[in-house]
Amino acid sequence: MASLAGALNQALRDAMADDGRVITFGLDVGTNGGVFRVTDGLAATFGPKRCFDTPLSESGIVGCAVGMAMNGLLPVVEIQFDAFAYPAFEQITSHVAKMRNRTSGRVTLPLVIRIPYGGGIGAVEHHSDSSEAYYTHTPGLTVATPSTVADAYSLLREAIDHPDPVIFLEPKRLYWHKDDTPLPRRTGPFGQAAIRRPGRTATLIAYGPTVNVALQAAAQGTAAGWDLEVIDLRTLVPLDEHTLTGSIHRTGRAVVVHEAPGFGGYGAELAARLTEACFYHLQAPIGRVTGLDAPYPPPLLEEYHLPNVNRVLHAVHSLLQYA
Amino acid sequence: MTADTLPTTAPFTGLLPAQLRQVLSDRPAPGSTISLGRLPDGEELLRLYRMMVVGRAVEDAATAMAKQGLMAVYPAARGQEACQIGAAAALRRSDWLFPTYRDSIAVISRGADPADVLGGPLGRRHLGYDPYEQRTAPLCTPLATHAPHAVGFAHAARHHGDGTIALVLLGEGATSEGDFHAACTFAAAHQAPVVFLVQNNGYAISTPAHLQSAAPSFAHKGIGYGIPAERVDGNDVLAVLMTTRAAVERARAGAGPALVEAVTYRIGPHTNSDDSTRYRTAAEADPWKQKDPLDRYAAYLHDHGLLTPATTQDAACTAEAEVRKLRLHAQETFVPDPAEITAHVYTQPPGHLLAQTARLALEEDSDG
Repeated sequence: MASLAGALNQALRDAMADDGRVITFGLDVGTNGGVFRVTDGLAATFGPKRCFDTPLSESGIVGCAVGMAMNGLLPVVEIQFDAFAYPAFEQITSHVAKMRNRTSGRVTLPLVIRIPYGGGIGAVEHHSDSSEAYYTHTPGLTVATPSTVADAYSLLREAIDHPDPVIFLEPKRLYWHKDDTPLPRRTGPFGQAAIRRPGRTATLIAYGPTVNVALQAAAQGTAAGWDLEVIDLRTLVPLDEHTLTGSIHRTGRAVVVHEAPGFGGYGAELAARLTEACFYHLQAPIGRVTGLDAPYPPPLLEEYHLPNVNRVLHAVHSLLQYA
Repeated sequence: MTADTLPTTAPFTGLLPAQLRQVLSDRPAPGSTISLGRLPDGEELLRLYRMMVVGRAVEDAATAMAKQGLMAVYPAARGQEACQIGAAAALRRSDWLFPTYRDSIAVISRGADPADVLGGPLGRRHLGYDPYEQRTAPLCTPLATHAPHAVGFAHAARHHGDGTIALVLLGEGATSEGDFHAACTFAAAHQAPVVFLVQNNGYAISTPAHLQSAAPSFAHKGIGYGIPAERVDGNDVLAVLMTTRAAVERARAGAGPALVEAVTYRIGPHTNSDDSTRYRTAAEADPWKQKDPLDRYAAYLHDHGLLTPATTQDAACTAEAEVRKLRLHAQETFVPDPAEITAHVYTQPPGHLLAQTARLALEEDSDG
């Protein structure tokens, strides 16, 4: 039984074994193996040239990765927690995302920035942000987020193989989630969503930490006679619009579920795009179940902030009133 | 500063910077050995002169072209030719330069076409030259953000064991940015073969250097990071060249990063859009005009019999040809291709970008 963190570890290990250019670094990733143990044992196996600790500076970590990627290495860097990526925001938006464009395609940056994200682990402030919209809004970035053990392995291998920079968002509340998927296993490529549960009543669109919430809602929804489809986006950029529109053509209704605040969020983009693409197939507006439009709350309040099964079922119920 | 107070010790032997290093004032013979190492011979000295003359001519032409509306803007480096060309000349062809937006002539001195280097201000593309061909990173606008790139690049070079050095150019204002701190911290902790050259030109737009830092000098900033540093007369091209070369070769030998503060003066405004009379007096700039890096270097070459009518003429002709080429390029009709906007965002563009690009092409077709 592999955990999601273990699958990520194995993906790194296999990528490093396959290609000597792959290196990994960040805070506490060396001897300590990362605070979530994703780099556990890599320094021992591959040595300090391939897996090492850095000074405590996210901007330095990402900025140095840019220079290394320009000079023939394939850096996979770890940011310790979502909100700690903000010091690197300028590097990510002004350089990581733009280098290929500003050099007319002459300089590409094959690098991966791994960011544990999202809440639900009872953490103190600044440790639970869902920051995906900052990255999806930035042209030049590719954004992936796994929700299963198999995808954790496969999407990270895909990210490391990718010619352009990838923001790899790891749902930290799923790190210790295990299943009996045999690894290594490659799932679909970037830009291919997965239908985790087929259904006909409505489509629940989720990614990363909310896929399981959507699946639980679908399971409970059967009691009301609902047959809910659950789609796991897997990558936010590129977006698999084809799978989404196909699903809505069948169901006529959709609810986006994400932890990040709804206002200006990734769900708003999905709702707008899918409305444009599927207007005549929709029987109701596209619903959104998101985190509150407030900074992430203290741990004892987070259950009120996070999308949960009841809120998802309530949203489905609302959509059904349009019929 | 008189000649007898000049530092005579080898550079980078301790963390504390020596007094301002100068070379030209001593009038050392070409090819002779001074505390900074062996001076270049006549041929290299004349090559340096030619690049400075070209640099000055391009500076003046670009400023004029910006005023004529042929360029969006030009951040002039008049008076900083010794810093830029001296520093770039310290590199081997295989080394990499990480310049800022004010370092166009440093890049040109490495062999890039001025029209390519000024691609950004000319408004047609962000960058004209191929970084891999020129071994030069893109001119960087967000201050100090390219410094970690240079450190990472140098770190990778050491990883490969190929002996490549990265030289990053910065202004004194950029040393206040977080990324300068990040870069120095990383460089020192991992002993990356990188050299930081801080051109202290007195001003960050209008903000004077003394408001950037209370440190005794910008070279002193190296101390806290464990990076040996030196201060040089930034209008003395041989002082810049020899000190930077010492730093570069020291890094190549595995001794880690070094920092050079080149003390100079931005003779012109920040850009053609800036009015420097709002924040400084002509009286302040006048003494610096007496220290013009080109005049001082020409006097040195003259003293050693290297500046002949033929060599002067040769440099002037090269400069004139470069400027003519640049002006012709700027006056060429530009046919914009809107598809260029989306062409290089991704190696494999996502569907939403492909759809936009297709719509853009339809617009073009219907307009055409």
